[in-house]
Amino acid sequence: MTVYILCILLFLVGLYGVVTKRNLIKIIIGISIMEYSVNLFLILVGYVKGGTAPILSKGLKNNIFVDPLPQAMVLTAIVIGLATTALLLAVAIRIYKKYGTFDIREIKKLKG
Amino acid sequence: MEIFVPLYVAIPLGCAFIGAIIGIFSKAFSRLFTSLVLAFMAGLSVYLILLQKFPIVYTVGGWKAFNRVPIGIYMVMDGLSVYLITIVNVIGFLSVFYSISYIKRFTGENYYYSLFSLMIAGMNGVVLSGDLFNLYVFLEIAAISSYALVAFGIEKEQLEASFKYQVLGGISSLFILLSIGLIYWYTSTLNIADISRVLSQKSFPKTIVFVEIILLSAFGLKAAMIPFHAWLPDAHSSAPSPISSMLSGVLIKAIGAYVIMRLFFNLFAISYSIAYVITVIGTISMVVGVLLAIGQWDIKRLLAYHSISQMGYVILGIGIGMLVISKNGNMDIASLAIAGGLFHLFNHAVFKGLLFLNAGAVEYVTGIRDMKRLGGLAGGMPITASTSMSASMSISGIPPFNGFFSKLIIIIASAKAGYYVLSILAVFVSMITLASFLKVQRFTFFNDNGEKWSERGITIKEVPFPMCFSMIFLAVLCIVLSFMVFPSVREVVLMPAVNVLLKSSMYSTNILGY
Repeated sequence: MTVYILCILLFLVGLYGVVTKRNLIKIIIGISIMEYSVNLFLILVGYVKGGTAPILSKGLKNNIFVDPLPQAMVLTAIVIGLATTALLLAVAIRIYKKYGTFDIREIKKLKG
Repeated sequence: MEIFVPLYVAIPLGCAFIGAIIGIFSKAFSRLFTSLVLAFMAGLSVYLILLQKFPIVYTVGGWKAFNRVPIGIYMVMDGLSVYLITIVNVIGFLSVFYSISYIKRFTGENYYYSLFSLMIAGMNGVVLSGDLFNLYVFLEIAAISSYALVAFGIEKEQLEASFKYQVLGGISSLFILLSIGLIYWYTSTLNIADISRVLSQKSFPKTIVFVEIILLSAFGLKAAMIPFHAWLPDAHSSAPSPISSMLSGVLIKAIGAYVIMRLFFNLFAISYSIAYVITVIGTISMVVGVLLAIGQWDIKRLLAYHSISQMGYVILGIGIGMLVISKNGNMDIASLAIAGGLFHLFNHAVFKGLLFLNAGAVEYVTGIRDMKRLGGLAGGMPITASTSMSASMSISGIPPFNGFFSKLIIIIASAKAGYYVLSILAVFVSMITLASFLKVQRFTFFNDNGEKWSERGITIKEVPFPMCFSMIFLAVLCIVLSFMVFPSVREVVLMPAVNVLLKSSMYSTNILGY
């Protein structure tokens, strides 16, 4: 149970970063932290106490396996997260070239 | 027939990468190839909608269900999916054909067409997927390519809008992934039909309510419903015009409204409380969106706020249908409300796509988006002015155009269901919409603000053929779609989609076969 609470706490740490920080790079770091906590949660969903890797082989005694499906999902989610982070950073660098700052209080051409 | 289902994802994906590579050497190849591919897919979807053989289920890799547990990834084409597929591909083809002239001013044209095809592939995948995690993956493909397309102009506004859109969209995607994890934890399956079967056998616990609320807010953000709408006016007004027309016309429906319908009708059992929340969100979006729109002077920003308002109509129709079903009311009224919502979804794709293309044409010729500095364009640009007039009349609900009939159906359905306040609000919002589009017409096309265009060094002439073709085609669709109120057309096009939502508990039986 503690693990799940810590996982939710990690998610909230990331959300705090996104909501309160004013630096674009710190916002991106916050999103990454949230993403890791969701990935961790998916891994926890598939975990079985005392389970081993789900590979069938001869002479296997312990037949409790962890669920492999969430692991496959997490691999996909990590790749998607990589694409999101890369695009965010690319846009942040372009914004820095145009505005000369990472501070979101000074990046406010769009209003209303 | 089954082979067509994966092709809807495979063809645009292939087109994206072939177009990006060969496009380095020949820009013309990239333009023509993407247009031809999307024209083929638009034709194919019209053929499939006329064929009337639903549902078509394709299991990826041929993995059949084992001991009544579906193993492979299911792709499902039922009435609702084919309806959305038609919208995505028809509007996609017209936007890409319009881009042939419009995007010539930008560098990196081949990457534009590549990202466009990726977005189409993602949306087709979302609409066809019968598997919850697969739906998430396709949703991210569509969303990430749309983030990149919003920033395509790499000016200050585009980058800022794209960053906002990415942060909010990224957070909502994470919430979707979290809720998929929770659903998998509870039901041990990811297949939408199978989840629905498992949930119907269990009691209704608090976990599912929690998951429903997370999913409603996450997909509400993708569909730009009112408390979650902050990214939409920036992103939709800053993007290049054909992309604005795709985002407003198709993307918020395919990855927002469609998924809300699919999940809350077919995946979860319909409950009164969720139906109530959906109706309230739809009503608030409808009213507040139009009130925010009327004060705008940037033409594309005004249109973007109207997207929120018109999506409110769609969600309102769907919500009233859900309310009537959850109270075991008259199924005919529920059917009428859902049909109104789905009909308005198609109509909004057509007229809002057209209005953004018109705004793009005005910007293409004059380079100005501020309505205070425009005026007197009707003489020089007759095609743009007349198509814009028909789209404006359609969105504000003037009788021979399609917008009138769908709004009328929603209003009648809400009055019949006993929600008189909602029908009065819908009429009221329609009148304000008319007022704000009279403003657009007057200040953009008719009002002469004293300054001659020639004195400002701008020659007013009609836009090139590809742009005119797309605009005229959509203006004709604005009239032709009115025929959907006739029973013979409605039975073929609209009713299969309505029946999927109406007989919501039949979904898993139809897909799984037991």
